[in-house]
Order: sequence, then structure tokens, then C-alpha cells
Amino acid sequence: MPRAVADGPDGISDRVPPSIEVRDLRKSYGDIEAVRGVSFEVAVGETFGFLGPNGAGKSTTISMLCTLTEPSSGVARVSGHDVVRERLEVRRRIGLVFQDVTLDEYLTAEENLRFHADLYGVPKDIVAVRLHQVLEMVGLWDRRSGLVRTFSGGMKRRLEIARGLLHSPRVLFLDEPTVGLDPQTRAHIWEYIEQLRRREAVTIFLTTHYMDEAEHCDRIGIIDGGEIVAMGTPEALKAEVGLDRIELRAQDQDQVVGALRARFGLEPTVIEGAVTIRVANGAEFVPRLFGELGVPVLSVSVSRPTLDDVFMTFTGRTIRDAEASTSEVNATRPWMRAMRSR
Amino acid sequence: MTRRLKRNQRVDPVTIDNERRVGPGAGGSPPALQAAQALPRSGAPVSPGPSSGAFDAGGVLEVAAVRIAGGELRDDARAALVVWRRELIRFFRNRLRIVTSLAQPVLFLFVLGTGLASMVSKQGSVHGVALGAGIDFRTFMFPGVVGMTILFTAIFSAVSIVWDREFGFLREMLVAPVRRGAIIVGKCIGGATVATLQGLLMLALAGLVHVPYSPLLLLTLVGEMALAAFMLTAFGLMLAARITQVESFQVVMQFFVLPMFFLSGALFPLSNLPQWLAFLTKVDPLSYAVDPMRRAVLAHMAISAQTRRFLGGGMTWNGWRLPVGLELGLVAILGAVVLVIASRRFAKPD
Ligand SMILES: Nc1ncnc2c1ncn2[C@@H]1O[C@H](COP(=O)(O)OP(=O)(O)OP(=O)(O)O)[C@@H](O)[C@H]1O
Ligand SMILES: [Mg+2]
Repeated sequence: MPRAVADGPDGISDRVPPSIEVRDLRKSYGDIEAVRGVSFEVAVGETFGFLGPNGAGKSTTISMLCTLTEPSSGVARVSGHDVVRERLEVRRRIGLVFQDVTLDEYLTAEENLRFHADLYGVPKDIVAVRLHQVLEMVGLWDRRSGLVRTFSGGMKRRLEIARGLLHSPRVLFLDEPTVGLDPQTRAHIWEYIEQLRRREAVTIFLTTHYMDEAEHCDRIGIIDGGEIVAMGTPEALKAEVGLDRIELRAQDQDQVVGALRARFGLEPTVIEGAVTIRVANGAEFVPRLFGELGVPVLSVSVSRPTLDDVFMTFTGRTIRDAEASTSEVNATRPWMRAMRSR
Repeated sequence: MTRRLKRNQRVDPVTIDNERRVGPGAGGSPPALQAAQALPRSGAPVSPGPSSGAFDAGGVLEVAAVRIAGGELRDDARAALVVWRRELIRFFRNRLRIVTSLAQPVLFLFVLGTGLASMVSKQGSVHGVALGAGIDFRTFMFPGVVGMTILFTAIFSAVSIVWDREFGFLREMLVAPVRRGAIIVGKCIGGATVATLQGLLMLALAGLVHVPYSPLLLLTLVGEMALAAFMLTAFGLMLAARITQVESFQVVMQFFVLPMFFLSGALFPLSNLPQWLAFLTKVDPLSYAVDPMRRAVLAHMAISAQTRRFLGGGMTWNGWRLPVGLELGLVAILGAVVLVIASRRFAKPD
């Protein structure tokens, strides 16, 4: 388990305190251990992502960092303030986009934002400017007088992101910002997030269970069953997996599997109709494969390790399997949700 | 901007470079991002437009919008005010609700009231006391029905916080950098205002049941209505703090609101009741809010002292007639106490 160290060896490198600092954070709900001792740090201006299947403890972690849930044990500091003892200080510095919609649907987009601005004490003279900025940014300026009830899911999401930014937070928490959206809207939202990083120098903590989205992060932590099982840059994590993946499609799979075993001493697996093997250097292996395999093959594809492979390596299953295994737990979620917000 | 990423990671730290992703050297740029770049950047302030001026200054927006000092009374007052304003916006936007909430008290007053009035006048007396002497039964009922309007509107407004929770908006409020008590106070005053407004609509019908539109009477009633509305909304919030599901609203109605309504003397005089019932009416906080309103109305009617005593003399403790000031004081204190309890309950995180 990676463990955060307060001071760097040279004593200078860590002068700037991290934006988020978490040490051995835990949360139990009765018998359920939602978060089992996570530790990590997020530097100022960094985009850090939690990648994990349903029920991994992502939202619970965010909830604790945002002072909405009290940790069972452990320490967490956001922007230098303790999330238990200095709640107001923390809240003043964070923006938050929850996993599910938290807009007042009977108010207009603008009214929702004004409510937020007033609640956060954004000075009167900059509210109008700021409102315009964030609404333009998410492309909702023209719809500002529309009732939120009449918005599509993607529009609501964008409005929430705009709201989370309205008061210029130092740290922005995004809990699955793109869940349930179509690919185009997802792409748009990522575009906004990229802009944010550039323009507002805001630290972003986000969660996702989309592998491709995790690639946008500077660093990711893979969380499963309430524990961080791996952490690092997407590239570094993939490098750690090391092996490339080669997928072969053939008329006679068994024959190919047999040949691979006999000639190369490999142990192929059949995943979704493709014979899959892992080798250190895929591009160099393919010519050898053609020369020595000796059985007909329809197609070959070589891929560098993906985060799917990373997830597989660290948890022993694919993220889809992981999600399927928590589906019973999730049957009770609407009820949980009601409980959780107490 | 340079950023260091010198944390203990499982793998080697890599310096973060924003351009890494978007530059041609990015190699495995994820497909979603490529899609993002191919998309037209509609409405985004990438192109210099009139709106993007403040963004510049080195490409970074000044991150100073939120006043860092605070947590003071001023912030709390402001928060309460916004929450209050939201309640009003929602009230005025939902005209249908305004009309439908009027239907029930109107039915009580004009259908039940008229029906009972005919029975009362045929017999000429209730409990042997003449009632014909210049007073319509509906006049008697009027303050009770106004109280009922306040009761239902106030409880409904307070319990709307359960919907806020269900639809997530409560979390938006609770995560704000203000004390949670301020949110609850705002919600309470908002609900009380809405209930008073709804009560005003009922009050407008006073003339139909022979209650005079005397400015002094109306002013007194409005003040008493507002106080009742405050106490009842606070009470509703206290209950709502314990409710986690919208379905539980039924429970609140059956076990709190309806008994409160029936026991308050809104529909019948509290004099000459059997002891068990008299006791229950005195436990009901709503009684202490309805009684002052009834006394104000009766004071403006030309009726005999005996009738007045029978119709409006019910709130006694051990034979002692409570003064109006004390009743109103009790309502105010109860409201404040209950509001503090409600705030405490909402202030607790998970
Ligand atoms: N209020 C609660 N009471 C009881 N159990 C809870 C509560 N909140 C969360 N849990 C449990 O904690 C675990 C982690 O939940 P959490 O919501 O953090 O997962 P997640 O990673 O956000 O999942 P998802 O991707 O589905 O949003 C789950 O097993 C969940 O059932
Ligand atoms: Mg979640």
C-alpha cells in the first residue's frame, strides 16, 4: 500500500502542501466496510481519478472529503484543512458535482446558480460576470431562463458542473461526471474539464468507472472493495502490466490454442471469441507467429496494455465482472441513497 | 505552470505536462479525447468572445471569488435569506398548489360549516346554550379553518425538505460553507411565510362568514397566523429530520397533523368537553394558536357575554382562563425550542 510521507527527503520539494491529503481513511456502515483504509495525496493543480467498479467506495470517499460523511477513522485534509474538525473551512474551498442530480428542477438554470452564488457568498459585483462565464463555458447561456425540469440529462450535468465552478473552488470533486451520458456529451464534458485545468488551475478529484476516461487523469488510483490496489499515472500503470495483448481470430480456435501451446509454450485464453495471449513485445512477436504457427488464422491484432489490463492485473478480474458481482448490492441502492443523505 | 508530482507512488513519478495529452507526441491519445477535439467547441470561451475577458490574466482566473473569512452571523443570515427566497419562488410558481390547498378549507367552511350551522340553528342551542344570538356557526369555525390552512401549508412546506433530500437538493444546501442551522432557519421562515400567505387567501373570505374586515382585527389575525405558521413549520421540520423516505409523509399526516387539527378546537368549542378530551386539547400546541384568533374574531362580533364565554372560553388551566399574551408566548417559545431541535438533528453528518 502506497503511503504518503509528509516531508520529502530534501525538505524543499514538499513546501507546497498537497491539495488533498488522505491517511488511512475508513468508513463502515454497520457490517459493510465501504472504505477500508485508503491513503493518497493529490498535488495542487493535479487531476486525480478514482477508477473502480460499482460499490468500490468512490462516492463514500468523496462524501468524507466533502465533509458530508464522518469517517469512521483516519485523517483527511483538503486544502490544508481537516475534514472533520474544520468543516466550514473545507467547504469554503471545494466545489462538488454529486453522482446524482442535485438541482432544484422547479427553478431555472439561472436561479439555481444564483442560489448557489448567494449561499457561497460570491460578492455581488462579480456574480453576474461569473454566471455568464460558467454558463457560456458549458453552453447553457441561451437556456439560462429555462426551468431545469425541461433540461436533458446532459444539460443538467453541464449545469451542475457550471454550478460547482461558480464560486471558484480550489478543489473540484466530480463524482462520475459523465455517467449515463451519450458519447458526444461525455466528450464535451471532458473538454470542459480540460479547459478548467488550463484556465482555473483547479485541483480535480474525480471518480469514474470508464477506463477511457481515467486516461484523462494525471494520476489514477484503482479502487476495489474499498481499497486502493494500484496508483500512478495511466502510462506508468500500463507499463507496470508490461505485456502486450495479441488477439487472434480463427476458424478453428482449438487448433490455434493447441498450436500456441505446443510451439510457443504460451497459455492462451479465449475472451469474447478471440484467442488472447500476452507477450512482452507484441510487434516483434507477430512475424515469429506467422513463421512458426502453421495453422490458418483470420486476423491478428496487437494492443498495448490498457487500463482494463491494469485492472485485471491488480484485481484478477475485469471491471465488467466486478460490476456484475456487485449487482445484488446495487438492487438496494435507491434505499441507501435516501439513507446516505441523512 | 509547473507542477510537481513527487508523491510516493507505486510506480515512478512522471512530471505532469498538460500538453502530453493533446500534443502529437501523445501516442496513445484515448479515443474519447480525440472525439472531443474533433467536436466543434460550441459556446466555450476558447474563442475570445465578450464573455471571456475575465478569464485571461495569464490564462488563470483569479481564484478569490469566495470570501475566505466567514462562518459569521452575516453569512448565516445571508444563507437563511436565500433559502427563504427559494421557498417563495417555488410557492408563487406553483399556482395550482395554491388553488388546491384552498379547496380543503373552503369545503370545511362552506360545506361542513353550513351543514352544521343548519343543525345548530334548528335546535337553537349547543349544550343548552343559545347560539342564535347574532352568530353564524361558520363565523365560529372561521378562525379554526384559517388555522387549518396554516397547519397544512406549514407542515407541507416543512416536509418538502424530505423531497429536497430525495431529489438531492438538500445536499447542495448542506455542503455549503454555512452552518446547517442557518439553512433550517431559512427553510422554517420560508415555510412560515408561505403558510401565512396561504392563510391570507383564506382571510380574504372573512366577509362571506360575517367576519368584519376591520383593519385592527385583520392585523391581529395576520400576526397570530404568522406566529402559528412559524411554530408549525418548525414542528414539521423536526419531524422531517427523522423521515428518510417520501412515503413516510403519510405517517406524519395520520399520527401528527390530523390529531393536531381535530384536537385544536378548530371545529368545535372547547368548553364543556369530557375530561379526557379536554386534557388532550390542552396538550395540542395548535390549540394555543387557534384560541387567540378565535378570541380576536369573537371580540368583534355583537354577541352576548354568555355566548362568547361558551364559544371562546375553552382554553383554561385548572379553571384559569389563559391570557392571549401567554398563549402567544407559549407558541413562540415552543416554536423556537422545536426549531433548535430540528437544527441539531440536521446538523449531524452521517
Ligand atoms: N449510507 C449507507 N449505508 C449503508 N451502506 C452504504 C451507505 N453508503 C454506501 N454504502 C455501501 O458502501 C459501499 C460503497 O458505496 P459507494 O457509494 O461509495 O460506491 P461507489 O464506488 O461510489 O459505487 P458506484 O460506482 O456505484 O457509485 C457499497 O457497498 C454501498 O452499498
Ligand atoms: Mg458512486
